[in-house]
Amino acid sequence: MEQVLQIIGIEQYIYLSVILFCIGVFGILYRRNAIVMFMSIEIMLNAANLLLVAFSNYHEDAQGQVFVFFTMAVAAAEVAIGLAILVAIYRHIGSIDIDKLKNLKG
Amino acid sequence: MDTTLLAIAILLPLVGFLINTFFGKNLSKAVVGIISSSTVALAFIITVLQFIAMQGGSEPVKHIWFDWIRVAGYTVDFAFYYDQLSILWLLFVTGIGTLIHIYSTSYMHDDENFHKFFSYLNLFIFFMMVLVTGSNLLMMFIGWEGVGLCSYLLIGFWYQNQDYNDAAKKAFIMNRVGDLGFLVGTFVLLHLFGTIDFMELRALTEYGSIGASIGLLSIATLGLFIGATGKSAQLPLFTWLPDAMAGPTPVSALIHAATMVTAGIFLITRLNFVFDLTPNIQNVIAVIGALTALVAASIALVQNDIKKVLAFSTVSQLGLMFLALGLGAYEIAVFHVITHAFFKACLFLGSGSVIHAIGGEQDMRHMGGLKNTMKITYITFLISSLAISGIPPLSGFFSKDEILLTAFHGNKILWIIASFASILTAFYMFRLVFLTFFNKFRGTKEQEDRLHESPAPMTMPLIILAVLAAIGGLISIPGSSWLNKFLAPVITNNALSHPHELGTTEYILMALAVVGALIGIGYAYTKYMKNKHVPVNDNNVPGLQKLLVEKYYIDDIYQFLIVQPLNYMGSFFKKNVEVLISGMVSGFGFVASELSYQAKKSQNGNIGLYLFVFVIGVSAILYYLFIAN
Repeated sequence: MEQVLQIIGIEQYIYLSVILFCIGVFGILYRRNAIVMFMSIEIMLNAANLLLVAFSNYHEDAQGQVFVFFTMAVAAAEVAIGLAILVAIYRHIGSIDIDKLKNLKG
Repeated sequence: MDTTLLAIAILLPLVGFLINTFFGKNLSKAVVGIISSSTVALAFIITVLQFIAMQGGSEPVKHIWFDWIRVAGYTVDFAFYYDQLSILWLLFVTGIGTLIHIYSTSYMHDDENFHKFFSYLNLFIFFMMVLVTGSNLLMMFIGWEGVGLCSYLLIGFWYQNQDYNDAAKKAFIMNRVGDLGFLVGTFVLLHLFGTIDFMELRALTEYGSIGASIGLLSIATLGLFIGATGKSAQLPLFTWLPDAMAGPTPVSALIHAATMVTAGIFLITRLNFVFDLTPNIQNVIAVIGALTALVAASIALVQNDIKKVLAFSTVSQLGLMFLALGLGAYEIAVFHVITHAFFKACLFLGSGSVIHAIGGEQDMRHMGGLKNTMKITYITFLISSLAISGIPPLSGFFSKDEILLTAFHGNKILWIIASFASILTAFYMFRLVFLTFFNKFRGTKEQEDRLHESPAPMTMPLIILAVLAAIGGLISIPGSSWLNKFLAPVITNNALSHPHELGTTEYILMALAVVGALIGIGYAYTKYMKNKHVPVNDNNVPGLQKLLVEKYYIDDIYQFLIVQPLNYMGSFFKKNVEVLISGMVSGFGFVASELSYQAKKSQNGNIGLYLFVFVIGVSAILYYLFIAN
């Protein structure tokens, strides 16, 4: 296990996960397709997971990896519900463009 | 004495009130009438049983329900106090209350708010019972305010008529003036003695020395007396009582003649040991009482509304009672309260019977000749009129004569005033009788065709009350007064009130009083029977009489001195200060709503924008937490 980190340093993992996270954020901000936005959210989650695993390895502590499993389970549940909502929205207004979801406003 | 039974007796009318208030609308009139009458009747029966058990002397009982107020060393119990005085008052409050409930079931039968009327009546009886059995001044104040409330509700019972509403408000507001006096008196007593419990006060005044604080004590008794003038309609606060006749006639009989208005006399009799310590205030009470008797009697001479005459007569009789109180003859005042309750309730119910028969007409100029169609009403009314005029051997003779005797021994001027008021009483009562029951009927044809004697539920109470008015004097005949003996434990200093050794002077005074009453009746006879005089329109009366018709302009003086300045002040504040304050208040509201109107624009439903703001926000927090520090 140590070898992995010796070959590629912890900093690289941090950079990678920051880049992934930023991709996710910009995906959320710039895309209007709800499914793409979902995927961006998944990218952000995975960026966090990657960081957790990397630090778990760095500290030689399995807790971080256990935590990743939980995150994955929650993410799966979230996707299941989110997609269901999207299907419902699509049936309702015939589109999944979030700019068209403007009915709830003050 | 059975305190549990008495507690039940006090709560019974309250139960009746609750049932009629919450379920009365869905119950039939018969059921409502039975519930409210029977609760009061049961309370009466319980009181009678206790009263019988009390014969032969009994110690007063204080029945504590719970601690009410316990603060800074002062204790006020929620407690009831049963002694001779409170039982006596309970007896005639519930007794006459029962009769008037029965009478009302018939009198109010066609009213759509029948159940409301009875729930108010029951509530009144409850508060009146609290008033007379409360063990301290605050408990009494609960009842005091409660009966005031019921009086207000019942005066304004026919609330569609704005005049009646005004009369109700007038009664309530004038009573408030008196209530302030009551409270001041209570607080001063609390300050002086550290207690307002009647038993403790009595012990403290009997054995403690008052000495230097006599001035403060005078303030207390004066305040309590002002409270009494409000409730019992004495000068200068009496003008509400004649207006209170706007209420249904049974209410006038029960509240504004027999029971509530005697609360002031009850208060002073209850605290007789305190009033005895302040002779100055006693003089004030006597003078105010005598003046009220005269002023009200003189106004009653020219009134044409049958109930107004009786109302001023009530004020006048209450004045006589206060005269007796001021002279320290408490049991004589109580005696007159009781006899007055009998004959005045009978008179009011009789007038109600007349009004009922003529279809709501109250003006005596449109009555006359009713003695043939309304025999029972006529006879009972005549008996009560003779009683109030002081013709022996009816009850009014004994009680009024005792007051006059006491006045004669106390102060000759007061005696002359009171005697003159009695002569006037005889005159205006028989003016009323002659105008109403004799000569020809002066109303319209339809009214004449409809004339009828009232049904049994109305005549039965009349007969009972007339009998009581006739024989009520027996409870305190000169020489061997049962009432004096019965009340002896309540009244501390009863040395003053024993003019019972009947000498020549007393017999001469009695004869004088009777002759005076006969003169009054005779003058009324010549004027209204022989000459068939009918009072003219109020606007056409000459000189001095005009002063009486206008009630000495007292209402107008109040209007000018108090009501108008208040109205002027009110409109001034409304025009100027109100604008400023309401401008400020609505200004705050305007700013807040304008700000939120702007802020709500940001909630435009654009999820992209929300996300953008969200990301910016999170970034800002992270920046602040990890980088800026």
